Amino acid sequence: MDDIAILGAGMTPWGKLGRPFVEYGVVAAKEALADAGIDWNDVGLVSGANTVRNGYPGWVSGSTFANALGFQGAQLSSSYAACASGATALTIARAQIIAGVCDVALVIGADTTPKGFFAPVAGDRPDDPDWLRFRIAGMTNPAYFGLFARRRMELYGDTTDDFAAVKAKNSRHGVHNPRARYNKEYSVDDVANSPVVADPLRLLEICATSDGGAALVISSMEYAKAKGFTDPVRVTGISTVGPSYPNAVIDMPYLASDSWNAAGDSDHTFKRDIAQVAYDEAGIGPDDLDLAEVYDLSSAYELEWYERIGLCADGEATRLLRDGDTSLGGRIPVNVSGGLGAFGEAIPAQAIAQVCELTWQLRGESGHRQVDDAHIGLTINYGMFGHGSSVIVQR
Amino acid sequence: MGKTQVPAVEGLFTMGDEPRLIGGKGKSRDSYFFPKNMGGSDPSCLGDDEREEVLLSRTGTIWSYTTSSYPPPLPYIVTTEPFEPIVIGAVELDDEKMVVLGQMATGVAIDDMSIGMRVQLILDVLNEDDEHQFMVWKWEPLNG
Repeated sequence: MDDIAILGAGMTPWGKLGRPFVEYGVVAAKEALADAGIDWNDVGLVSGANTVRNGYPGWVSGSTFANALGFQGAQLSSSYAACASGATALTIARAQIIAGVCDVALVIGADTTPKGFFAPVAGDRPDDPDWLRFRIAGMTNPAYFGLFARRRMELYGDTTDDFAAVKAKNSRHGVHNPRARYNKEYSVDDVANSPVVADPLRLLEICATSDGGAALVISSMEYAKAKGFTDPVRVTGISTVGPSYPNAVIDMPYLASDSWNAAGDSDHTFKRDIAQVAYDEAGIGPDDLDLAEVYDLSSAYELEWYERIGLCADGEATRLLRDGDTSLGGRIPVNVSGGLGAFGEAIPAQAIAQVCELTWQLRGESGHRQVDDAHIGLTINYGMFGHGSSVIVQR
Repeated sequence: MGKTQVPAVEGLFTMGDEPRLIGGKGKSRDSYFFPKNMGGSDPSCLGDDEREEVLLSRTGTIWSYTTSSYPPPLPYIVTTEPFEPIVIGAVELDDEKMVVLGQMATGVAIDDMSIGMRVQLILDVLNEDDEHQFMVWKWEPLNG
């Protein structure tokens, strides 16, 4: 697969800001265009990541953002893949560039979120697993995070202090990020003193829902060179892989796992495949990484990703954490942006935001949260119902 | 007064004293699915014209557990004031090699839970209206 160049990145500050999602998308897009030094009229494709909580404009986000920026005849695409939507929007833009349909594309995701738990789409829909899990069992998203956390404690001996230490680490990173929603450093004791939301997880360990927007300007390598970019950050691998049967480890939003009766492997989960597909495409492996941005929907979830992206064997994630390997200054810093713990989740923006962070890191522009000598980074993310998302960038 | 007991959602479980979950089974090979026509996706069963309806194991082992400690949004209907945390069990069924979620029986506290614990499926009231009790499956610890 050919590389593509990241010419510009833009992101709003995240929070509960109460503005329309389109506004966040436009702010991020303008910042990315200015960062790239690219004229909006030269953009040949707008690839939007959709929001499903803001009515029709959110379902046609490519058009909505292009309209807000001023229709100039660009091709449009609008994608939804739950939390993986941003990676899907990016992979479509890359494919169109490599296919020669356009030279330069603008990838945008933004959301305005309601207060409280994410709820299923309204109505009486017993054929929708996302409706059924709330109706039957009161299974919120955090309840799934709690199940996975408890399972880790049983299998690997992880402790609630380990989970809290993930939050503490990411909050230490987040204080250096002016775009983060929470700029406060939390201790393990702060976590222990917050209320239980989904046993064994507490409020400070579960990511909030946030408003925010993120955008990237990407182009072919030839276009980048012609515009004078001598050493741009490059996208060298993207994974949008889905599950392979059996998904034996239960996943959101289902009431049951797949049966491994006929197919074997009670431990099979496609979360192992997500990064591998991106590694294969980039021709690198986990030992090559300088940093990673992983999808810390909960503190315990971050530990699972260390294993799923191959930083260590199953059950060894807490050792990396305790040794400081994944802290800023460690062997393989994880979530130096502060992660979702510091940002909260703005679903269509977050996979793009992860790539923005890596772009700034690889350009050495990250100030107090800069990882020394950062050349290769990986993002990983996952959209419920089974959308994988991983992006590898290099410079 | 006697309200009529009806399933909260049709087609997921049998009623009566020994309730069972209604699952599906592949015809091409012995993969199981729950709910019958929604859960799972064995590509080896693509050629099956339909899934065989089977009643799943009534007993199993706790695979993991958690709580919903704050009131979930609709369509969950909160029936207690103040809200009582919901204790949730993920149960590996005895025969089908799959994990199924459900609430734990009324009265089971989070501190009573452990992975590996044996449980059995029962029916309990999920919510009520003037004429009906809407029933759902829950997991009840087996003694011994």
